Amino acid sequence: MRILSTLLPPDAGTATVCDLDVVTRAADVRGSISLTGQFAAVDEVLTGRENLVLMGQLWHLPDPRERARELLEQFSLVEAGGRRVATYSGGMRRRLDIAMSLTGRPPVVFLDEPTTGLDPQGRLEVWDAVRTLAAAGTTVLLTTQYLEEAEHLADRIAILHHGRVLVEGTLAELRALLPPTTVEYVETQPTLEEIFLALVGDDPADADEHVEDGR
Amino acid sequence: MSTHALHETAALTRRSLRHVLRSPDTIVTTAVMPIAFLLLFVYVFGGAIEAGVEGPAAGSSGGEAYVDYLLPGILLITIATGVAYTAYRVFMDLQGGMVERLRSMPISRAPVLWAHVLTSLAAILTSLAVVVGVAVLMGFRSEADLLGCLAVTGILVLVALVLTWLAVIAGLSARSLDGAIAFSYPLIFLPFLSSAFVPTATMPGPGRWFAEHQPVTSVVDSLRALLAGEPVGGEIWVALAWCVGALVLAYTVAVVLFRRRVG
Repeated sequence: MRILSTLLPPDAGTATVCDLDVVTRAADVRGSISLTGQFAAVDEVLTGRENLVLMGQLWHLPDPRERARELLEQFSLVEAGGRRVATYSGGMRRRLDIAMSLTGRPPVVFLDEPTTGLDPQGRLEVWDAVRTLAAAGTTVLLTTQYLEEAEHLADRIAILHHGRVLVEGTLAELRALLPPTTVEYVETQPTLEEIFLALVGDDPADADEHVEDGR
Repeated sequence: MSTHALHETAALTRRSLRHVLRSPDTIVTTAVMPIAFLLLFVYVFGGAIEAGVEGPAAGSSGGEAYVDYLLPGILLITIATGVAYTAYRVFMDLQGGMVERLRSMPISRAPVLWAHVLTSLAAILTSLAVVVGVAVLMGFRSEADLLGCLAVTGILVLVALVLTWLAVIAGLSARSLDGAIAFSYPLIFLPFLSSAFVPTATMPGPGRWFAEHQPVTSVVDSLRALLAGEPVGGEIWVALAWCVGALVLAYTVAVVLFRRRVG
């Protein structure tokens, strides 16, 4: 992912993003991608809105404030937009981080383990954001340790093991690699996560409240 | 620099100035220690030192108040204290992933560092103004004309630039926050081994040799002469040579380090 986002030169071989070579056309590649790391690279001293306006200015958008307003809306951060990021919950921070990456409307977005370290609500919020993005036609390359996450979000899945891609394909293709499923009767009990979400409610806006108020 | 790069520098400088404005303690703490030194040396040690300063060793400075003698060194200490925060901000940007985020965007490299440097200059000049204000309240008076004042400001800006680029090096190469800040301690201490507090003639052999050949002495002596409205002589060229040399070196090292750290 660091090679594809031009941060690291490849030892060997070639890689292209949007038909642009990451080594010879690095600047053009950077213009068409955005990278969001595992640890939200947001400015804690600034407000959410100021973070987004800064990104808009750096992308030389004609109207950074208008773009910031749109993104705050898209990521349900309108109310939090005027507060300093230091007061945000983990899920809000990650959402702001992704929103910042999208300021320049890049056609390709790299999300490097975007839900690592988030609580279950935060994870659902990020999932929703990723689905909205993909639905709008953005290519999202997402890495994750949570296989369930890949199952929920990905159109195509590649399994990486010891630095090599073992298999690649849609979920259906990967399923076809194993013998057909046998029908078994299993008594399921609710998972702890389901209990937790039933208790606190899984509405993202609501979830922020819980975290902030410490209720 | 292209207009794009200027635009980016402006946006990033506004951002980091917000950091300073939102924690005004950075300006206050920068000014507090130098002001404490000023009070301590003028009101506590001042009486004893003044006798020595006004003696034959001080030459033409006889009769001037000790605060006038002391202020140039105190201003250098203010700059050295101020750049610790610059190292802190550079370090935090690297740690927090902000530099990496900027690097993966289609913007130039230079604005990322220049924004920190310009912010550092703005914060330091503000702290310097506070310290000079206190000195005036304590009886500091300058005989400098407009040209002299401009020269004093110019030298202070130059020194601030030198120490700021050193701070950028510290911020880029430090492994911990404490390390990023600790580099400023020797810089704060350096004026004590110079003509900033007492004339070098009163020092013993090796100390005197060091004091007479280190940059702080030539900078302090030049500032003192300019502020007193006296002819500066050759000392100012020694001071400028030190500053420009150190600036070129620090800038080059900082840029190379930055390339190595973030590609």
